[in-house]
Amino acid sequence: MTYTQLAVLGVVAVVVLDLAVLRTRLLRRRAFWTAYAIVVLFQLVTNAILTGFRIVRYDGDAIVGSSTPTDSPPPFLGDGRIAYAPFEDLLFGFTLVVLTLVLWVWLGRRGVQRTPYSGPPRISWPGTRR
Amino acid sequence: MSRFAYVGVLVFVLLGSGWLEVALRTRVYARWRRLLLALAPVVALFCLWDLYAIASGHWTFDPERTTGVVLPGGLPLDEVLFFVVVPIASVLTLEAVRSVKRWEVGDEEPGTVVDGVRREDER
Repeated sequence: MTYTQLAVLGVVAVVVLDLAVLRTRLLRRRAFWTAYAIVVLFQLVTNAILTGFRIVRYDGDAIVGSSTPTDSPPPFLGDGRIAYAPFEDLLFGFTLVVLTLVLWVWLGRRGVQRTPYSGPPRISWPGTRR
Repeated sequence: MSRFAYVGVLVFVLLGSGWLEVALRTRVYARWRRLLLALAPVVALFCLWDLYAIASGHWTFDPERTTGVVLPGGLPLDEVLFFVVVPIASVLTLEAVRSVKRWEVGDEEPGTVVDGVRREDER
């Protein structure tokens, strides 16, 4: 299978896991999407470093875009890439994060160190609810 | 120094998320047994994905900018650490959001008051 196919498969698998198998239903919570918005921002930055500096190089046969060039950075945007990284990496990252958080919540729900709950913030933080 | 380029990114992620444990009292590291149990299948699964991708030639790593410690199957140690550090950062982020917003995440005790609403058992 190509990276593209595996990445799509990964997303489908974690969505099914969350909504149907473990029924953690994280994908229906604003807490998840707020956290994911923060995570994806950092993912774009760190992944841009890993792929833009060609610490990780991709084969064009495995992704929608073309291979990482041998003598220059890949395009920042376009040719199947977003911030130097193949868009497939965003699906890969989504799968990684959702799988982790689903397991974390599922364990808590089963009583594995459900508490201490997080909070309250030690510092004053804008938008904190009491 | 460039051998630590990949690991440097991981240190950035670790520090960039780690302060939340103190400042927002996320209590993720405090619940380290739950964290380890959540991480174990994730690390195993993504290492398998990585091994398959390496064997199929989907991606390669710059030997000049990774530690050079390579596990069987051509898997750089850097990658394994990635599958530890990034999940920890994502749990810290979720718990940071909960700390600030008091939004329900789904693991609350039935009957707990969250978000001003008494949570009933819906399992």
